[in-house]
Amino acid sequence: MAKRAAPEVNAGSMADIAFLLLIFFLVTTTIETDSGITRKLPPIDDEQEDPPILKERNIFVVLVNANGDLLVEDEIMEFKNLRQATIDFLDNGGGLGDEACDYCQGPRLTSSSDNPIKAVVSLQNDRKTQYGRYIAVQNELVAAYNVLRDREANRLYNIDFTEMEDAYNDPEFLGDKDKLKEKIGVIKNLFPQKLSEAEPI
Amino acid sequence: MSKFKKKDDGGTPAISTASLPDIVFMLLFFFMVVTVMRDNSLKVQNILPFADQVEKLDKKNLIMYIYAGKPSPRYQETFGTEARIQLNDKYASINDVQQFIKEERQSKREELRDKLTTALKVDKETNMGLVSDIKQELRKAEALKINYTTKQGEAGLNLE
Repeated sequence: MAKRAAPEVNAGSMADIAFLLLIFFLVTTTIETDSGITRKLPPIDDEQEDPPILKERNIFVVLVNANGDLLVEDEIMEFKNLRQATIDFLDNGGGLGDEACDYCQGPRLTSSSDNPIKAVVSLQNDRKTQYGRYIAVQNELVAAYNVLRDREANRLYNIDFTEMEDAYNDPEFLGDKDKLKEKIGVIKNLFPQKLSEAEPI
Repeated sequence: MSKFKKKDDGGTPAISTASLPDIVFMLLFFFMVVTVMRDNSLKVQNILPFADQVEKLDKKNLIMYIYAGKPSPRYQETFGTEARIQLNDKYASINDVQQFIKEERQSKREELRDKLTTALKVDKETNMGLVSDIKQELRKAEALKINYTTKQGEAGLNLE
């Protein structure tokens, strides 16, 4: 029997079908944003404890007003200088004796913080402050801590702190998790993140 | 007669579109891989702020989402332009937050309950007053782990 070539199937509509599917997916799905700044809220205490007494010089007051202007330690500050100012404050190491900080590289001013362990960053905002501004400031403060933690982690373990944290959170990490946790703990103790938020005025 | 017959010139030949489906399929697969199904239909405007010191949120099932922002344009006639909270698929008031957290907790397995994180997806133009109110409610509901969901980018972009 004579062999006949199979007739070609017309695939002209295939593109249309694919487009239809594509448009369906475009409409029903979103590109998920699933990263952000993680924070822990303070629990509500029933019994009103007296707040621990802090030295004035150990508190770094950041105020964001309704227009988004920054008032840092009673002085107006440009947003772009905030990160450096926070680093300078935390890393000052002005304490003496028990409060001395042997890993700080700051100028040891008597007007700034004693020790990163004592230092507290206090963030205050107005009820009318825009959320975007608030996040920007929050981000700079976290960045300042990360810069310092990275520095210490590099000095002690030759690795970035943020890298260590990423590795720790990675479920496919193959190394020794306990050891890594210990290292992260050491760095966190050197620069504990003490960020207090006042309720808005 | 000449040996070389001139080709009859019937206009330009049709361009083959056979690879068009392949290209579209490629796009389709790309979108299928990088996106996820929308589980809540957003009723509020939700342009997230930028930040670059972010941590990734894993374990999708352990996250409770709270949206806040101005109502989307098509709802503005009925609900005005004042920022509102959205829980699940509905607008909610600040008093509903505690109940919502409680319900979400109930629906999770017991050992996972203290690992729940609340992701705040707040529009960047919202006033902090509303956000503070939400935070206060979360403190009352003892949902202390929160995450300000942001887009990846320079924080300075928020100021423009």
